[in-house]
Amino acid sequence: MGNVLVWVIWILAALACVGSGVAVISFTNPFYSALALIGNLASLAVLFLLASAEFVAAAQILVYAGAVMVMFLFVIAYLGGRADAPFAGGPQWLQLGSFVSGAAIMIAVIVALVTKANDGLSSSADISRSFGSPAEIGRLFLTDHLLAFEITSIVLLVAAVGGVVLALKTEAESEAESEAS
Amino acid sequence: MIGPGTNWYVAVAAILFGIGVTGVILRRSPLIVLLSLEIMLNASNLALVGFSRHFGTVDGQIFAICVMAVAAAEVVVGLGLIVAFTRRSMPLDVDAATELRG
Repeated sequence: MGNVLVWVIWILAALACVGSGVAVISFTNPFYSALALIGNLASLAVLFLLASAEFVAAAQILVYAGAVMVMFLFVIAYLGGRADAPFAGGPQWLQLGSFVSGAAIMIAVIVALVTKANDGLSSSADISRSFGSPAEIGRLFLTDHLLAFEITSIVLLVAAVGGVVLALKTEAESEAESEAS
Repeated sequence: MIGPGTNWYVAVAAILFGIGVTGVILRRSPLIVLLSLEIMLNASNLALVGFSRHFGTVDGQIFAICVMAVAAAEVVVGLGLIVAFTRRSMPLDVDAATELRG
């Protein structure tokens, strides 16, 4: 009974995931696309939970669906909701090529799964109760993966500095402002 | 393992990645290109978490969290670029940004 329930929730979350992913790339208004991406991230968090990745699921909701998407929505609101139809502009072969390349990646992986990997991937390892818990993740981050942890902090610092530099006024802009006043 | 096996996770990850690729190539608005990039990064995260569960080691989840941090950094720089685009009153179109083309 529990197994059936897990399957039902998993398939619902996977369908929501794929459906909201298609919605993100097919909405005309970027505001609705960003809202659809929040749904995509939330349903991915459900899939993470069912793979016993509790901490990743929580981080997904807090960091991604919370902080990153709010920043996205702020920028979209700042720029104004400019419409951009999915099939507007661009040559015809590019639109065809986008669907061909997307479908090629899906089909390549799924064919590989169905033909070769099905037996190897059906039985997974046994895990302990603490698998994927915040305590386990924190312990690994401060022992085995300390270097990756420190490099991540440097990457975030560089990105923050880059964001400030991009937001600085150029000389031409400040000159135009002083002439106007 | 209760519920779907690893191959289901990898299949959904592949479908999401394909959707992301389609969005990046198809759409002209840099905002939606960035959103499609997020879909692709999340598809890779899903595959990482699925394989982490499959092999019973937490290393894949650690990798997924690092990918999340890199994605946050990418959003900061990408959105900064888009705002800089509009401040220079350039059109919001990835094909129009040809100043650096050789």
